Amino acid sequence: MSVTRIQPRRRFSFFEWKEIVEYRDLLYFLALRDIKLRYKQTSLGAVWVILQPLVPAVIFAVLFGNFARLPSNGQPYLLMVFTGLIPWGLFSNSIGRAGTSLVANSGLLSKIYFPRLIIPLASMGSVVVDGLVSLGVLVVLLALFGIGLGWHLLAAPFFLLAAFLMGLGLTLIVASLNVYHRDFGYAVPFALQAWNYLTPIVYSSSLIPERWQFLYSLNPTVGLIEGFRWSVLGGVPITVTMMASMLSGLVASLAIGMAVFQKIERGFADIV
Amino acid sequence: MTATSDIAVTVRSLGKSYKIDHLGLAEPPVEAAEGGSRRRWPWQGKGPRQRMSSEIFWALRDVDFEVPRGKVFGVIGRNGAGKSTLLKILSRITEPTTGMAEIRGRVGSLLEVGTGFHPELSGRENIYLNGTLLGMRRRQIDQVFDAIVDFAEVHRFIDTPVKRYSSGMYVRLAFAVAAHLEPDILIIDEVLAVGDLQFQKKCLGKMKDVTGQGRTVLFVSHSLSTVNSLCDTCMLLENGRVTQIGPTESVTASYFASSEETAGSLLDLTADPPGDRFCRMVGARMVDRSGESVSYAHIDREVGIEMTYELLDPSTGPVIPNFHFFTAGQCAFISSPLPQPPASSGRHQATVWLPARFLNEGTYSVNFAATTPIPQCCHFHVQDQFCFEVIEDLHDEARHGAVHKVPGAVRPQLDWSMR
Repeated sequence: MSVTRIQPRRRFSFFEWKEIVEYRDLLYFLALRDIKLRYKQTSLGAVWVILQPLVPAVIFAVLFGNFARLPSNGQPYLLMVFTGLIPWGLFSNSIGRAGTSLVANSGLLSKIYFPRLIIPLASMGSVVVDGLVSLGVLVVLLALFGIGLGWHLLAAPFFLLAAFLMGLGLTLIVASLNVYHRDFGYAVPFALQAWNYLTPIVYSSSLIPERWQFLYSLNPTVGLIEGFRWSVLGGVPITVTMMASMLSGLVASLAIGMAVFQKIERGFADIV
Repeated sequence: MTATSDIAVTVRSLGKSYKIDHLGLAEPPVEAAEGGSRRRWPWQGKGPRQRMSSEIFWALRDVDFEVPRGKVFGVIGRNGAGKSTLLKILSRITEPTTGMAEIRGRVGSLLEVGTGFHPELSGRENIYLNGTLLGMRRRQIDQVFDAIVDFAEVHRFIDTPVKRYSSGMYVRLAFAVAAHLEPDILIIDEVLAVGDLQFQKKCLGKMKDVTGQGRTVLFVSHSLSTVNSLCDTCMLLENGRVTQIGPTESVTASYFASSEETAGSLLDLTADPPGDRFCRMVGARMVDRSGESVSYAHIDREVGIEMTYELLDPSTGPVIPNFHFFTAGQCAFISSPLPQPPASSGRHQATVWLPARFLNEGTYSVNFAATTPIPQCCHFHVQDQFCFEVIEDLHDEARHGAVHKVPGAVRPQLDWSMR
């Protein structure tokens, strides 16, 4: 017989991962709901999942590759952009979609108990599915361009996981702060757009002048993108600075995210 | 003394406070307990205005009780007494500020039926989503899926989005999922107020099943008669504190006695008349044969209870008033008229005449309902808002010198023969 003790919680406690595992079916059905609702009443349905990363990739490739003739380290510009968009999509779409998830599901949170972490995690489900579809498109593109894969492909899952976890950390921060101040819901898209330009997605980081390289590499997402790009297309491996700032950004965002989320979690039903 | 394992729920000095400030924002209780003014932004400073603007409100304080396994435990009290806060803490939606509660077994809560239902999803998808939300595993839902569909009577529409369901089907499906989750401890808040009368009966039946299987139920309700018929033990909450715990009958009786202060023998509902689009109740009063309002009934005199209602749409069929008379928290009797009720739209009065020497001395409350038999529906049911007092002379010869209150719900003068 399970015994539940209800009492005021201590200031810091660890997440009850066991409970989240217990509720994994809920995670599945909530994620399924989000995915189903996303493409309900669209006639193209799943085709949008393919078009969403592909269309911008083509536009950027034509603009920057063909017209502006920006460097792409000898790789097809389209592939360079596309390999940038996959980890970036995983990271930024998480924040964009799951960042408002707590507020959007306040009806559930104020009526039924379940591990609250399930809500942002489930909202990230559709992002992960989109990412998997994009990977499929990438495989087709690689075949079309006749690009051979190397041993460094083994590092690709690591960079995707890093993108997911860094996205999760920031999602938790944004989703929590949104509960208190809805302003974040408005500010986040601008911040993400600015961040997008500071990250080598539609261009290569080799475009950045030598004397700014170090400062540029301190942006944790630079490592995410260049790392994934290298693991798929080969070329110049990422620098130690990029790797270090990526890992420290990852750890910091997860740690802060968890702490902020927990603080919000306890009083949530009283605020919303 | 009961062994610990026979106790399903233990609550010890449980309390919950909210900080209320002038904006009306409720701060989380953690901050509220720490008290004092908190600086939000550096430029806001710690002005005296902020210090003045918050006070701590205890929604629940020093609550202690135990619920033995397999018992149905009722919680009653007026609006704002802390009933819902208590259930929210026990179902872990919100955290207590002080004290602790220990729950042995899996908890299912029916705080609001149908939470998490999405209109775009089909009945099938909603059953799985709602079921897992209520803490079931997918495999468990597979097992009871057919029973849920049977109970809700939605076989033909199980793959239709629930936005196309009638409101009755929607509620039935939602309740069916909740009713089949088979927890050890069930927390219920006023769910029986949903659906039509027939469905309510079904739900009451299901609740009796649940308790028959040795499950523990925590039941919060305004309806004293439901509490009386379902609960073994009952707790009365007043302003966040427990004022009484004990056998249901005695607790409901004293709650009933305390409600005299708020309910009277004149009820005016014109500001917000309860009812549906066919018929609604406007008011009620106690009258004598000349049509004058009276404020109390004498045991020796006939008195009438008059309900004023408004028929908005007579197409629904005959609207039958029925009055439920309660005393000491128990239903004494129910009465409805035999003659055909008026069928024209507009205001009508229905008066039931209580003969002299029929009611006992004491306080009676009347619940007013208006129903249509076919198709069965209840237009309104106004509860615990009207009561009146029957008084008698202590020198009355029928008392034979007794000075205490004569027991009984009624005291009719009956024929006797003696040899």
